[in-house]
Amino acid sequence: MLEIKNLHARIASTGTEIIRGLNLTVEAGEVAAIMGPNGSGKSTLSYVLAGRDDYEVTEGDVLYNGQSILEMDPAERAAAGIFLAFQYPMEIPGVATMEFLKVALNAQRKARGEEPLKIPEFLKHVKEAAGSLEMDVAMLKRPLNVGFSGGEKKRAEILQMKLLQPQFCVLDETDSGLDIDALKIVADGVNALRAPDRAFLVITHYQRLLEHIVPDTVHVLYRGQVIKSGGKELAHELEANGYAGIIEEAA
Amino acid sequence: MNMHAAPQRTQAETALIEAFGERLSELPGDGAVMVKRDDAIEAIKDGLPTRRAEAWHYTDLRRLLAVVPPYDQTANPKPLTPVVEGSAVLPVLNGVVHGKAPSVGGVAFQTLSEKLIDGSLAPALDPRDADDAVSFLNTAFVSDGWFVDIAADAKADAPIEVQNVQAGGQVHARFAVRAGAGAKATIVERQSGSGAALSTSVSNLLVGEDADIVWLIVQDQPETTTHLAQFNAELGKNSRLTLFVMNAGGKLVRQEVRVKVAGEGSDFQLRGVNLLAGDTHCDVTMVLDHAAPNTGSRELIRNVVTDKARGVFQGRINVYQQAQKTDAKMACNTLLLSDDAEFSTKPELEIFADDVQCGHGATVTEIDRNHLFYLMARGIDEKTARGLLVKAFVASVIEELEDEPLVDALEARLDGWFAEHG
Ligand SMILES: Nc1ncnc2c1ncn2[C@@H]1O[C@H](COP(=O)(O)OP(=O)(O)OP(=O)(O)O)[C@@H](O)[C@H]1O
Ligand SMILES: [Mg+2]
Repeated sequence: MLEIKNLHARIASTGTEIIRGLNLTVEAGEVAAIMGPNGSGKSTLSYVLAGRDDYEVTEGDVLYNGQSILEMDPAERAAAGIFLAFQYPMEIPGVATMEFLKVALNAQRKARGEEPLKIPEFLKHVKEAAGSLEMDVAMLKRPLNVGFSGGEKKRAEILQMKLLQPQFCVLDETDSGLDIDALKIVADGVNALRAPDRAFLVITHYQRLLEHIVPDTVHVLYRGQVIKSGGKELAHELEANGYAGIIEEAA
Repeated sequence: MNMHAAPQRTQAETALIEAFGERLSELPGDGAVMVKRDDAIEAIKDGLPTRRAEAWHYTDLRRLLAVVPPYDQTANPKPLTPVVEGSAVLPVLNGVVHGKAPSVGGVAFQTLSEKLIDGSLAPALDPRDADDAVSFLNTAFVSDGWFVDIAADAKADAPIEVQNVQAGGQVHARFAVRAGAGAKATIVERQSGSGAALSTSVSNLLVGEDADIVWLIVQDQPETTTHLAQFNAELGKNSRLTLFVMNAGGKLVRQEVRVKVAGEGSDFQLRGVNLLAGDTHCDVTMVLDHAAPNTGSRELIRNVVTDKARGVFQGRINVYQQAQKTDAKMACNTLLLSDDAEFSTKPELEIFADDVQCGHGATVTEIDRNHLFYLMARGIDEKTARGLLVKAFVASVIEELEDEPLVDALEARLDGWFAEHG
């Protein structure tokens, strides 16, 4: 489903290269976990996939269902089914969460040639999704993410994912900031979306999340490259021994 | 003997002076009014204000008023659909009152041509100073308008909408509203049209004791029109005035706001939304006097500027010596959407009382790229995403009106403007 080939990307403003020849393939139905030390380029990778223009791809390609996405803007990528749950969801004052959800959902439907959802149907979807994540619908009357607690923001990201039903989901440290119960709720939400035609890229520092969302593959990112890939046991190994051994091995 | 060198008149000044000569015989007014008209045209003969006049520093009227179109007797604009459905509508079309006054309980209407003819309007025609060009132009040429007299304790359920509508040529209208003690009403002032016109308009409002008035100015002239307007108000004891100004059109626009918070315990709120596109030059200039103790005011202006548009907000607050416990705050926030867009802000506080709370602030920002990315990452195309963010920037000002039909109507205008210019 997703094929990243020899990807090089740099910060547009400074020219500093962050992603340095990254290769990774994620098949439909797969849950791939990405782990790696702070600053290794995990969030940068997620932004490059989503199309943030703070980053420039200088070499390589990203194929999504066989097509390069590099020329698409973020909205086009989202409409094509790529979703990023942000490590730090942004607060946007003045934009009501409900209104935002409705506009986003209908924008994607429109891009796919579908009719906009009728308001009652839309509300029903939102209520269901919020209910399953144990979120208070009253919160959605507030401006987007404004004043949400860290955990509430992460839940709101998953709520959006549930509503938008994307095909390829990138979760950037969705577990950070969640309490133990919330982690379980969010993980259940993700697991419920697992499907043969959907894939996940789960970025995390902790084995704990991967106990709930069990990955098919685990990849270690270091200095902008995947330096090691393996099965779910690789995450256990990292949890026990840290990155030092693997980094040395790769060097 | 006049020792001054005759100033080189601009084309516009010459056209105004000639138009006055041609129109004079048709302009309504008794002797007293005609004297005021003469004085006004004499002031114009001395030259329109330039940037050397402090009040016109950012809007050099002499330079910017390039052409003055001739009167167009054939212009035939239609009354506008009111901003809020069910309003009592009072149109002035091509400078002439149209139709009969509606019947509204506790409210009396009279045309201003009558009050010009009987001379009762004459005292209101005095300029406030030598640079009062909007007043000069209007006084020289004003042809008609409405006087709205709201009885004490009358509560108007539906808004009263006065309209100054042009279809090219020149229009010079005037509106006067007297709100009796304890009265409550919403007045909508429309400044609109379809031609390349010179439009002037002056509104005077007297707010009686304990009265509560909401006044909306909705200006959406075509991008070929010069629109020069003035709003004057005086607030009685414990009264409230909320003035909401929305500018969303015009080529050269000057909206002056002059409010005297004269009665103890009264409160003035100004909210402004300026949506500026094309090569519009739009100037909102406010002079606010706090002349009595225990008064409050808050001024909040939000500007969205795109293309090559230029905006100006000058806000001056004078706190008189006796106006202790004045609480006045002014803020002007601008969102620039293009590299060539410009906005100038000049706040001024003149405080002669010692126990007051006054402040002002101004910001200029662009659309936050991070916010834009977040919205687009959810599939919202760039134009729609920008629209949401721009709306977020100004909508809070509109929502503060807390009057659902008004808020809905203004938000619809906002959406319409953005669909056209976003
Ligand atoms: N826009 C930017 N401007 C400057 N530096 C940046 C920018 N984006 C990323 N970087 C730098 O690139 C490197 C990789 O950052 P990134 O956020 O991708 O790391 P990460 O692997 O997600 O780390 P963490 O585990 O802490 O979330 C860091 O050194 C970071 O400071
Ligand atoms: Mg990160």
